[in-house]
Amino acid sequence: MSRLTIAKTYKMYIGGKFVRTESGRSIVVENTKGEIAAHTCHGSRKDFRSAVESASNAFTSWSGITGYLRGQILYRMAEMLEGRREEFAAAIQVTQKITPAKAKKEVDASVDCLVRFAGWTDKYQQVLGCSNAVAGDYYNFTVPQPQGVVAVIAPPAPSLLGLVALLGAPLCAGNTIVAVGSDLNPIPTAILGEICQTSDIPAGVINLITGKQSELFEHIASHRQVAGIYSAALSKKNRILIETGSADSVKRVRFNSFSDEDWYDGDKVASPWNIEPFVELKTIWHPSAC
Amino acid sequence: MATTNKNQNSDAWEYSSALDTTKVTIESKSKLFIGGKFVSPKSRSWFATINPATETKLSDVACAGKADVEAAVKAAKTALPKWSRLSGTERAKYLYRVARRIQERAREFAILETMDGGKPIKESRDVDIPLAAQHFFYYAGWADKLAYAFPGSTPAPVGVCAQIIPWNFPLLMAAWKLAPALACGNTCILKPAETTSLTALRLAEVFQEVGLPDGVVNIITGEGDTGRLLAQHNTVNKVAFTGSTEVGKLLMRGTAGTGKKLTLELGGKSANILFADAAMDQAVEGIVAGIYFNQGHVCCAGSRLFVEEPILEEVIYKLKQRLGSLRVGDPLDKNTDLGAINSKSQLKVVEGYIRSGVKEGAQLHQLTTKRLPSKGFWCNPCFFTDVQPSHTIAREEIFGPVLSVMTFRTPEEAISRANNSPYGLAAGVWTDKGAKIFEVAKKLDAGIVWCNTYNKFDASSPFGGFKESGFGREGGMQGLRAYVRLGGV
Repeated sequence: MSRLTIAKTYKMYIGGKFVRTESGRSIVVENTKGEIAAHTCHGSRKDFRSAVESASNAFTSWSGITGYLRGQILYRMAEMLEGRREEFAAAIQVTQKITPAKAKKEVDASVDCLVRFAGWTDKYQQVLGCSNAVAGDYYNFTVPQPQGVVAVIAPPAPSLLGLVALLGAPLCAGNTIVAVGSDLNPIPTAILGEICQTSDIPAGVINLITGKQSELFEHIASHRQVAGIYSAALSKKNRILIETGSADSVKRVRFNSFSDEDWYDGDKVASPWNIEPFVELKTIWHPSAC
Repeated sequence: MATTNKNQNSDAWEYSSALDTTKVTIESKSKLFIGGKFVSPKSRSWFATINPATETKLSDVACAGKADVEAAVKAAKTALPKWSRLSGTERAKYLYRVARRIQERAREFAILETMDGGKPIKESRDVDIPLAAQHFFYYAGWADKLAYAFPGSTPAPVGVCAQIIPWNFPLLMAAWKLAPALACGNTCILKPAETTSLTALRLAEVFQEVGLPDGVVNIITGEGDTGRLLAQHNTVNKVAFTGSTEVGKLLMRGTAGTGKKLTLELGGKSANILFADAAMDQAVEGIVAGIYFNQGHVCCAGSRLFVEEPILEEVIYKLKQRLGSLRVGDPLDKNTDLGAINSKSQLKVVEGYIRSGVKEGAQLHQLTTKRLPSKGFWCNPCFFTDVQPSHTIAREEIFGPVLSVMTFRTPEEAISRANNSPYGLAAGVWTDKGAKIFEVAKKLDAGIVWCNTYNKFDASSPFGGFKESGFGREGGMQGLRAYVRLGGV
């Protein structure tokens, strides 16, 4: 008799815990042959709100720790992902007809992307900030600081790399993240929570939701505790929806368009100019003569 | 429950009227500046601009309609290829010349600014005009150094920029918008505020004098509708706006999905935090300057004062004393501290807020100036004590000479109360303790934190807010960001 395999229950990752959606809904994930490969959570607006609350509570401590420490935690994420290359490569291939080599390349690029952002945690301040030579006896310097909760809307593909590249930029600066994973393949999003949990990412700093993105757009845009939104590969209709909804709380919204090759170009995705939309610049004056 | 302070100086002295030694010529018709020429509006519509201190008409100003907006955008678009391809050093040389001409015509600009807007001549003379010149001089130098401002990328101009500015610092705001945009190789259409168009149009004369290529800057005057038509124009690549949060939100909705770059410098309700260990006289001077500068028509005005509880009485005493020595009156008199309120409608708004403060139970302390001019729009500066955080005057932007005084017991309370606002433009911290000042500065949600000083501005210092005070910075290296597209990233 053949052994019955134990299929994993894919959950979402909110507030440092693996949770099922409160809505009690699930999504059938079909593989490239049209067979049922898995069931993932069909996250709701209420799940999104809980995630924002967790992210909001985690913000003070995550933005308050040193860049050095944040860098080590992000580097630890890279270490953990490196150790599970095979599993992630297999997850990527579930819904996408790509070669095992290509899937591995995506995982490797995701690891490298995390390494790059790990390095930015204590350096972006020097690239984006500066001291200013005002015409008077004052010390004057401009320092960047994180904004708060940033919502990430991952592209359909690359399902892992797209998610990691988009959440890495606001995360390294000290923002906390609520990410809504790829609609096309939610499995990498669902298992990325396991990387977060085993890599010293404090509870609530990264929250991962799976489901139907389009159900959440208006809600993400209008949620007043969300300071910024980072996305790529959205249709014009959805960009209008999100930008219009963001006006009421004057959110910082950044839509990037990365080509298939761009995602693999670390200079592009991990540029400090993708961190910049998710920091506020504070300029401090003090007299330098008494 | 109003208590009043007598204007001690006006009891003691009678000042003779200000000497109007420099006559500034103002054309009876102020035309649009499009494609390097002053042209009558195709709309055939004009509106009067008045001196808010006398209510006399200064000029009829063109009200740009749809066809005029079209012409201005077309001129900017036509001028773009050549201007953006010009070498940075050549662009710089034009901007340096602009700075020099503003300095050379400084007196004329200052008088005109004060006549059209109502601000005291000592402010337009010592702050607005010198800073406007400095902005052109500062950004001129960046024109050929842009790659150093954006490491790892290749900055390119955004294109045609629509720039909409408010009435509180008319020439200075024009400089804030135009100087970085031009340095980065963009062409512009500037829309001054309805009540204060004259100095921007005079700046157009400067552009002609320095030989700035036609169409690189176009200035179209008009009302809110003109600004809306401009921001919505399909050819416009970038919208920069300074003004109310309400209009900023409309612009966000209006540009949604268009791919237009947007920067917003919006309202504020900035907090000044005064600790018991601060240098008291210096702090009171800073607080007074922080709220009454430019009649309080300042987006970063320190309109909420949080005083550490044990020194409240002393601070109120000193504020009353200082309030009593302020002079309200003829803006052209160089002894004047507070000039005219910019418009009748703004005066009504400010008076409404003062009434609401009294009605909601706060205690009013207001200067009573005898012999205010019989014409013009005047508001005596005031402050409120017994203010609750829920009071309207403690929450909403007043844009007038009205200060709300509240107290706190611990630094944490001061920070949390200061941050308890949808705005996040500026803040002030007054204390003698170094570590405390930086800890508080770090925790305040504000784009500018003035420590043991207030309302200092400089071309090299970025300005702009957190939260609903907008996004993007003006001034400094970071002020270039709004006017470049970064290639290679």
